[in-house]
Amino acid sequence: MIAKDEQPRARLLLSLLTLAASVPALADWRETLNMPVGVTEVSREIHALHMTIFWICVAIGVVVFSVMIYSLIAHRKSRGHQAAHFHESTAVEIAWTVVPALILIAMAVPATKAMIKLYDTSDADLDVLVTGYQWKWQYEYLGHGVSFMSELATPESQIYGAEEKSEHYLQEVNNPLVIPVGAKVRFLLTAKDVIHAWWVPAFGVKKDAIPGFVNETWARVEVPGTYRGECAELCGRGHAFMPIVVKAVPQAEFDQWLAAKKREAEELKALTAKTFTMEELMARGEEVYNRSCAACHQVNGEGIPGIFPPMKGSTIATGPLSGHLDIVVNGKPGTAMQAFGQQLSEVDLAAVITYERNAFGNDTGDVVQPLDVYNFKQGQ
Amino acid sequence: MAHGPAKGIKRWLFTTNHKDIGTLYLWFSFAMFLVGGLFAMIIRAELFQPGMQLVTPEFFNQMTTMHGLVMVFGAIMPAFVGLANWMIPLMIGAPDMALPRMNNLSFWILPFAFLILVATLFMEGGGPNFGWTFYAPLSTTYAPDSVNYFIFAIHLMGASSIMGAINIIATVLNMRAPGMTLMKMPLFVWTWLITAFLLLAVMPVLAGAVTMMLMDINFGTSFFDAAGGGDPVLFQHIFWFFGHPEVYIIILPAFGVISAIIPTFSRKPLFGYSSMVYATAAIAFLSFIVWAHHMFTVGMPLAGELYFMYATMLIAVPTGVKVFNWITTMFRGAISFETPMLFAIAFVILFTIGGFTGLMLAIAPSDIQYHDSYFVVAHFHYVMVAGAVFSGTAAVYYWLPKWCGRMYNETMGKLHFWIAFIGFNIAFFPQHFLGLAGMPRRYADYALQFADWNMVSSIGAFIYGAAQILFLYNVIATIVAGKPVKEAKVWEGAEGLEWTVPTPAPYHTFATPPAVK
Repeated sequence: MIAKDEQPRARLLLSLLTLAASVPALADWRETLNMPVGVTEVSREIHALHMTIFWICVAIGVVVFSVMIYSLIAHRKSRGHQAAHFHESTAVEIAWTVVPALILIAMAVPATKAMIKLYDTSDADLDVLVTGYQWKWQYEYLGHGVSFMSELATPESQIYGAEEKSEHYLQEVNNPLVIPVGAKVRFLLTAKDVIHAWWVPAFGVKKDAIPGFVNETWARVEVPGTYRGECAELCGRGHAFMPIVVKAVPQAEFDQWLAAKKREAEELKALTAKTFTMEELMARGEEVYNRSCAACHQVNGEGIPGIFPPMKGSTIATGPLSGHLDIVVNGKPGTAMQAFGQQLSEVDLAAVITYERNAFGNDTGDVVQPLDVYNFKQGQ
Repeated sequence: MAHGPAKGIKRWLFTTNHKDIGTLYLWFSFAMFLVGGLFAMIIRAELFQPGMQLVTPEFFNQMTTMHGLVMVFGAIMPAFVGLANWMIPLMIGAPDMALPRMNNLSFWILPFAFLILVATLFMEGGGPNFGWTFYAPLSTTYAPDSVNYFIFAIHLMGASSIMGAINIIATVLNMRAPGMTLMKMPLFVWTWLITAFLLLAVMPVLAGAVTMMLMDINFGTSFFDAAGGGDPVLFQHIFWFFGHPEVYIIILPAFGVISAIIPTFSRKPLFGYSSMVYATAAIAFLSFIVWAHHMFTVGMPLAGELYFMYATMLIAVPTGVKVFNWITTMFRGAISFETPMLFAIAFVILFTIGGFTGLMLAIAPSDIQYHDSYFVVAHFHYVMVAGAVFSGTAAVYYWLPKWCGRMYNETMGKLHFWIAFIGFNIAFFPQHFLGLAGMPRRYADYALQFADWNMVSSIGAFIYGAAQILFLYNVIATIVAGKPVKEAKVWEGAEGLEWTVPTPAPYHTFATPPAVK
């Protein structure tokens, strides 16, 4: 108990501490030191466990290191300390085996409870299939007919220092995942090429996306906002360049957004029947190429020798159209070439193939229409 | 004492002498330490600022991969095999290792293995770029062509390790001087005996993993290819069944070194000798049943998550016993602070911090956040660098006078220690913050909120790197021009048979077995 005359001093100390924490620069600095508290119940429980085990470690550390530092100071030869000769004690050995074991058992109880909660993916209000690709994410709202790719929006000019880096450098995407606040969202995770991991720290969610597997995890976000995450499993050269952005919005806003997305998908489908001019296809194709193909085949179409084949003068891009359609739509199993038939619309596929057959000096003069792609897919 | 060493290069090519082979191992390991360190400097230079400045992301991935492989298999493991070669026969009163010709072979495989591994960097498509854990299918279907050379190099290293392990087991079990019972052996010999069994158990598992990769890549099998009915997660189970005991293969001999140095400079016998032996055995046993704690985010069933969490937490118990025993050894001793002791004390403090973060990582729900973040990178550098490397450095300063008959310069040794200690902590402590704030590992580039601590970390890494040049200078200066030492017992408080032979240790020792009380 604090004596009466010490109370003002304690209060002063407390207010000084509060003041220190409210100085913006200092507060910013403090925020970079520890795990932030998240916006889901699970993430808060993880944070609480993290702090508990941290303080247990600190407490043990203080005791153990105090004894050591005391010895290092008091029992120095230079002070003339004579060495004792004791070298065993069964009682002591048993004590420092049993006490840590008891601490661990106490720690295992809340950890087990949290783990069980983390694994409870039942009764979800919304299912989102998350598919990892080298190096982008695909989000599919199961049962709603809405699906889109989500790719890094930071331009190369910022990465290579030609332009100043924006606020959300490497943590911004073209199409963020949108989910409703307050609903239990189940994420089903898989991958089409190598293993990726979908990590959103604010949700306390990290799960591997593995080819041939479907993993499950979930989040019920409580606060509307934009949350940023990263791919957490080494997946090749673009590992650092496939961020995750999730917008959590109120349910009504989400319903509107989803309806708009559905309309968009139907409009895009309708475009399949349209006939485009060469110029339209080339313009759209260049955009699609730079977004989806240039990471490997390079913007100039020259590829990377020994790793990624060139587009320029390639036998596929200048050979029969069916072979070109086949590799773009179906990919090439056993290599890094993905099946873009599942990622891009008919219009985008037609545009990018037209672009590849006429850019980089390939000049075949071929024009591919969305309907050609549609028919190719149907004919398989 | 019939004859001395052969002359010239033949001495080193054809030697079967445990001291020569120990020396070869130690110099090879130091060379690899500098190569792996160069890779680390490239990594930290690229990460000094956000944005890509010096290397491409492809090359960055090759650097993280090669840094890990070279440090684990080229620097740390051979360093302790070198110490084992030099010290085990001296500690148990044996004239040499049990299988001297195999000893020569197991060393001379290594330079070729690493020549092959490092040469991949110059091949078309580049070297291994899939991380030192080489998860399939990134390391199979999506690997550069050089992966076949990587597999061959791993096979060679594995063969070398297995031969080394057989040799150590045969030596310890058969060549002890009369009276040197198992429970009288120095802890360094004990920890190596147990480590050798770990090596025998898990190196074949690693060989199996890379052979399955080889089949998947070249012969159309689908062990790890989901499209062919295989299982990419199987790779991780096999890898970590090797990989977890591997980290104890690295750290147990380090425990042995520390258990020799602390009593010497505390002038007091090691506290709880038998509990140290049992704790080592317990850690070795547990190392086989905790592997999937590296895979908490892989989607194991709940029961699997819980089992691996409980089993992993258990490791804290025997590891704690070791730390408590070292501290109680110092307690009420007569402590002095020569360079080996400084490194040993730093080992106890920093390894314990690495143990604490290990305990945090064991808590499966929290690991969901820590996993594959810089928090993990910080954790394993506290155990690998401040653990294994500091212990190896301490060992070199501790036994160097015995090896070459000359004393190192104490001021230079202490300078090396303080630069290394400060540089290490500046490099790796902030990585805890980076991981907790959400920075994943193996990132060639990062978001702006991680910029400050990355810069601090890089500065620390450069300091720590520079300290190693000082270390090299210290060792060479000692060998060439250190103050001669004549006493058999170089350190006042040292105990054990290695301190009964003359200084410098003659080419042949214990031709007649010593008497062990």
